[in-house]
Amino acid sequence: MALTENILRRVREIVGRDHVLTSREDLIPYSFDGTAALQSLPDAVAFARTTHEVAAVLRLANETGTPIVTRGSGTGLSGGSLPSPGALILCLAKMDRIIEVDAANLTLLAESGVTTVNIADAASAAGLFYPPDPGSMKISTIGGNVAENSGGLRGLKYGITRNYVMGLEVVLPDGEVLWTGNKCVKDVAGYSLRDLFVGSEGTLGVITRVLLKLLPRPAAKKTLVATFDQMDKAAQTVSDIIAAKIIPCTLEFLDRTTIRCVEDFAKVGLPLDCEALLLMETDGHPAAVEEEAAQMEACARANGAMDVRIAKDEAEGNRLAAARRSAFSALARVAPTTILEDATVPRSELARMIRFVDQVARKYRLRVGTFGHMGDGNLHPTFLTDERNHAEMERVHEAFKEIFDEAIRLGGTITGEHGVGVAKKGFLPKFAGDASMRVMRELRRALDPRGILNPGKMFD
Amino acid sequence: MNASEPSFLKGLDYSVVQQCMHCGMCLPTCPTYDATKLERHSPRGRISLMRAIADDRLEASKTFAEEMYFCLGCLACVTACPAGVNYAELFENARAEVEARGLLDSPRRNAIRAFTVKWLFMDHRRLTAVGRAMRLYQELGLQQVVRKSGVLNLLPRRLRELEAMTPPVQSRFSNELIAAVTPAIGVRRFTVAVLTGCAQDLIFSNVNLDTVEVLARNGCEVHTPPDQPCCGSLHAHNGEWALAQQLARRMIDCLPPEKFDAIISNAGGCGSHLKHYSKLLEKDPAYAERAKIWDRKLKDIHEFIVGVGFQAPAATGRPAVRVTYHESCHLSHGQKIVNQPRQILKSIPGLECVELPEATWCCGSAGIYNLTQPEMAGQLLERKIRNIRSTGARVVATANPGCLLQLINGCRDEGLEIRVAHPVTLLAEAYRDGK
Ligand SMILES: Cc1cc2nc3c(=O)[nH]c(=O)nc-3n(C[C@H](O)[C@H](O)[C@H](O)COP(=O)(O)OP(=O)(O)OC[C@H]3O[C@@H](n4cnc5c(N)ncnc54)[C@H](O)[C@@H]3O)c2cc1C
Ligand code: SF4
Ligand code: SF4
Repeated sequence: MALTENILRRVREIVGRDHVLTSREDLIPYSFDGTAALQSLPDAVAFARTTHEVAAVLRLANETGTPIVTRGSGTGLSGGSLPSPGALILCLAKMDRIIEVDAANLTLLAESGVTTVNIADAASAAGLFYPPDPGSMKISTIGGNVAENSGGLRGLKYGITRNYVMGLEVVLPDGEVLWTGNKCVKDVAGYSLRDLFVGSEGTLGVITRVLLKLLPRPAAKKTLVATFDQMDKAAQTVSDIIAAKIIPCTLEFLDRTTIRCVEDFAKVGLPLDCEALLLMETDGHPAAVEEEAAQMEACARANGAMDVRIAKDEAEGNRLAAARRSAFSALARVAPTTILEDATVPRSELARMIRFVDQVARKYRLRVGTFGHMGDGNLHPTFLTDERNHAEMERVHEAFKEIFDEAIRLGGTITGEHGVGVAKKGFLPKFAGDASMRVMRELRRALDPRGILNPGKMFD
Repeated sequence: MNASEPSFLKGLDYSVVQQCMHCGMCLPTCPTYDATKLERHSPRGRISLMRAIADDRLEASKTFAEEMYFCLGCLACVTACPAGVNYAELFENARAEVEARGLLDSPRRNAIRAFTVKWLFMDHRRLTAVGRAMRLYQELGLQQVVRKSGVLNLLPRRLRELEAMTPPVQSRFSNELIAAVTPAIGVRRFTVAVLTGCAQDLIFSNVNLDTVEVLARNGCEVHTPPDQPCCGSLHAHNGEWALAQQLARRMIDCLPPEKFDAIISNAGGCGSHLKHYSKLLEKDPAYAERAKIWDRKLKDIHEFIVGVGFQAPAATGRPAVRVTYHESCHLSHGQKIVNQPRQILKSIPGLECVELPEATWCCGSAGIYNLTQPEMAGQLLERKIRNIRSTGARVVATANPGCLLQLINGCRDEGLEIRVAHPVTLLAEAYRDGK
């Protein structure tokens, strides 16, 4: 059902008329997120500034059966905040207050529109550390991070967003406000509802506040860059490091195509003469950092690394990590459309998966740039294509089908961190299986009987 | 132009329009997005509107036109964009589209544009004449009289604010200050030309003098022909391409690039435009090749002297003065000249250089943005002044006339005793002191 003038009037009454957009020029910029080749125009966009406003909007939506698509900064990579037909976009980017940093309990409480980088900076200003650092951290919102259960460059040692969520304020589809979790390290009272909302992709409720766990800041950090003439050698190095019982905070890799694009943009002096590059980072107690860095260097050299360079200081290390974060966007330098995937496999299968991606690209005559969180077994094969070339787009879809099948066959998953959204909706049933699908459907129906939240996303 | 005629945006190479992959990495660096949190006021949002027009999904409307003029054109998004989106080209085409279609036409705006963009800034002599009149107004004390008389209070607030912003016009312009040819001091290493600019010349002709002196002291024979045309950046940024092309041709005729080792600009905004004459004149058979030579030879002053090696000024033993550096958008984002001005400042004995927080954040001057969008410009200036204040600096260096003026006005309004100066001025003074 399209948004009627009557509903819009009531939305304006709730959030204020300046906070509702309806002109075509205002809506087109909200007709996509970070996902390639997906587009659809919303009926209107509303900005909430308080939990109270969110609750009132949801109550109205529930009463009138209005589809609501929650949006943070629209950097999602599975079409999660893509407008559903006839939807009102509920944007939380203006709810951007950090409410409290509690140094005694090592927690931070924020509204969900705060950007990830502002969370990290606020923690840092208190001498603390918020580890999850998705590539989009400069602009992604913490609400979006929780809704997608985002990962980052430090997943190997520090885990992902879920591991830092201690509590959530969530507005349910009928407008009721729920708090789940608290500042206690331990809490087993009832089901862990908090965990249900992490990764729920805007389908179960609208997250309005997030209570996060912080860590003491590691005393030392060291960044290394190793280059290889074969991808396999890089993959083997990763396996060897993990087998040597070292858990570095970062083990990222870039292939030749990606290295060129990143260097072209960031100009941090990445070597261009290699097939694969590993960005490795260890942090913690200074002595341990020294020892681990030396061990990682030895592993790389034992696998025939062409070169191992150690960042001279933290600033250079940060520059290298920032350059790595630009990888996905930088690939767009060489092709109009970049379609990236998120296949993840157990780490032991990584080398095999990388070879498979390569074979598939050749089979379908596609250009691919691959990078990813190698330490997490999380690959981002990115096809470099042009959405106007329909024949090639067909081949891209065929290629992905094969890649997903292989990932599942190797005991992996169709998405490690970007979520299902609309992009991977078709693959979910096969991956999850009938029983899981049934439970997910029933849960969703129980919380959102009228199906107003993000309809058409994840599964029908 | 009517709707059936070809449009600038549709005529653009589609790869330019399509380059943005809407990752959002540019959003936090965009001053207008930061202030409003609205996608329409973000680079990604603006590009999506331009693309919608190119794709026939949106009519070029008045709202679109206003959006294109709400954009500062600061190009911070270009620095931030990993995908290499050419926002500068998109933006100029979008504004050209707006003007060609007359989307913002109103008798008042048309009259102002006809007077400024199409008349005043098309001919340096006209500009100088107006400058002289303003100088007279200020020198005769009329400005003081008028200001004190309270007559201004009768004007609408906006005009009153404008009057307060009128810059003190220099008592002498470049052609009265600088010889057409200044010999190199010592051995001649290069023959260069210096562009004296239009606004620069009127308000900051001393910077031109300092530029010539710094070059001469570093072995350059400096040519500074009088009556140079305006470079055309004002026109290109305001959607007047044909005029910008006309001025580019005149400029090349006035300063034949074949004759010089380098052509030097000391204004960040002009330099950024001047380096792209080859794009502007690519379809002009008579000028296309010369424009390529021009682009190659065009150098920003800091870029040039740091590139060829400049003489460090001698120590003077004066007490240290704290200086901070504000980056002109078109110098840093447009020309990617970031380290050279800092290197120059660091070479000056007696200057203690401190970094300015958010040094690359636009000060709100943005060409004539402070005139067209006073509210946004005011917010940006306030933020800039707050950052400057936090450094405790007594001197702010910046290398663009618009920024110089904006910061001078900002410091004055806040009652701050802070000097605003071009880095080259500070270098020239240090040379003079160290003699
Ligand atoms: C260049 C780039 C690099 C990236 N790197 C990474 C990476 O390294 N790791 C990674 O995991 N992801 C990465 N991403 C993906 C993306 O940034 C993350 O998924 C991020 O968490 C999305 O945040 P957002 O604020 O932009 O959310 P949006 O895109 O606006 O929304 C994402 C989803 O969350 C829902 N949602 C948003 N806010 C709320 C809320 N308050 N309550 C309920 N639901 C909500 C939306 O409905 C939607 O389904 C990257 C994206 C880009 C463009
Ligand atoms: S302009 Fe560049 S940084 Fe901004 S959204 Fe587009 S591709 Fe990303
Ligand atoms: S030029 Fe400046 S104001 Fe305009 S979109 Fe880019 S960053 Fe924003």
